[in-house]
Amino acid sequence: MSEQQTATATKTVVFEIQRQDTATSTPYMEKFEIPYRPNMNVISALMEIRRNPVNAKGEKTTPVNWDMNCLEEVCGACSMVINGRPRQSCTALVDQLTQPIKLEPMRTFPVVRDLIVDREFMFDSLKRIKAWVPIDGTYDLGEGPRMPERKRQWAYELSKCMTCGVCLEACPNVNDKTNFMGPALMSQVRLFNSHPTGAMNKDERLATVMSDGGITECGNSQNCVVACPKGIPLTTSIGAIGRATTIQMFKNFFGSDHQVD
Amino acid sequence: MSKESDFFLRRLHSLLGVIPVGLFVAQHLVINHFATRGEEAFNTASNFMGNLPFVTFLEWFIIYIPLMFHAFYGVYIAFSAKYNVNHYGTFRNWMFTLQRFTGVFLVIFIAWHVYETRIQKALGATVDYNMMADILSNPLMLVFYIVGILSATFHLANGLWSFCVTWGIAQSPNSQKIVSYITMIVFLVLSVIGIQALLAFV
Repeated sequence: MSEQQTATATKTVVFEIQRQDTATSTPYMEKFEIPYRPNMNVISALMEIRRNPVNAKGEKTTPVNWDMNCLEEVCGACSMVINGRPRQSCTALVDQLTQPIKLEPMRTFPVVRDLIVDREFMFDSLKRIKAWVPIDGTYDLGEGPRMPERKRQWAYELSKCMTCGVCLEACPNVNDKTNFMGPALMSQVRLFNSHPTGAMNKDERLATVMSDGGITECGNSQNCVVACPKGIPLTTSIGAIGRATTIQMFKNFFGSDHQVD
Repeated sequence: MSKESDFFLRRLHSLLGVIPVGLFVAQHLVINHFATRGEEAFNTASNFMGNLPFVTFLEWFIIYIPLMFHAFYGVYIAFSAKYNVNHYGTFRNWMFTLQRFTGVFLVIFIAWHVYETRIQKALGATVDYNMMADILSNPLMLVFYIVGILSATFHLANGLWSFCVTWGIAQSPNSQKIVSYITMIVFLVLSVIGIQALLAFV
């Protein structure tokens, strides 16, 4: 019994965490060795570091900052690069990870502090593509067209996107040299253009993805669909937007007398 | 560069890669294949191509202008990516990376190839079987040309795949997989034609 207790007490988990004190300061690596508990995830390990902020050398340090909210992989806030791959830290189970577990912020976005990044670029992009169904008017617009149930079920899959930024981090073409809005945004255009009421502004969304940072920035490396934690068919969406913009381009070029449908 | 023109330029880049540049590459490799029938057959074919009516016009509008646009815009594309095959070692990410690496290599290879042949012709040399046999008698040059041809056939075949995806012809994962297989066959066939022709000069 006492032997077992000792064995459990000495089992530890090693973390290598990229720290950054301010948005502009130089990042550095810090190693942590924390006691192992069964069924730990990366967040519970970070909580342990926060409880006792002592690094592997035994020095007292500042607690590691990270972002989190739902803890069930639907909000996207706790996304970070874990062992080289971006994912949510709430569903990253310590037992399934190779040690030392390396945590880094998603550097595609501006780093606020430690593992916290600012994903505002994505939210701005959502505004750019009008990722909503416009129903407001000065009078009652009445009921919209019905959506076929099977189409609704399909669209539900696309609507699982939580703007977590993982696909942007995995994409080779989302970086400082391009303005690419990212795979998630292309899929959102497809989602809202598929909605019977949303489709009434189809051409506006297509015009946005045919401008700066739009669909043509995609280089088809298809990392996004591999990285997406929600299994959204991002590359199919990109193909669909490719086709929709092709048709829209011909419409624009040869001068169709209307833009919608 | 105006921001709204990015879409048009990138689509033009994709289109020009297939028509006319891709078609020209395929035609060039097929004409080269005459070398396997001997020196005389190659020279006849080469003379026929070199003396087509409106040859200067054809060269500029079917080869030089589209190729230069495709090459220079392509270099810009290649250098604006942040490569990550070390983290995502998937087939498609490798293809993405190789497409850009072969593209940049092809700019160098084609520049050298044009200098050695077309520019020398303009300076008074004769482009014929002997000229190529002479160039390829250097083993280093032979390797350079083999890598060049394989890069070109790969870049063309994989470019056909991304053309189909970019323009929305192949959307679903299954259709994209089928196009992958077809373009792989295109790569193999064109590579065999190209390398056979090359070895005929040795």
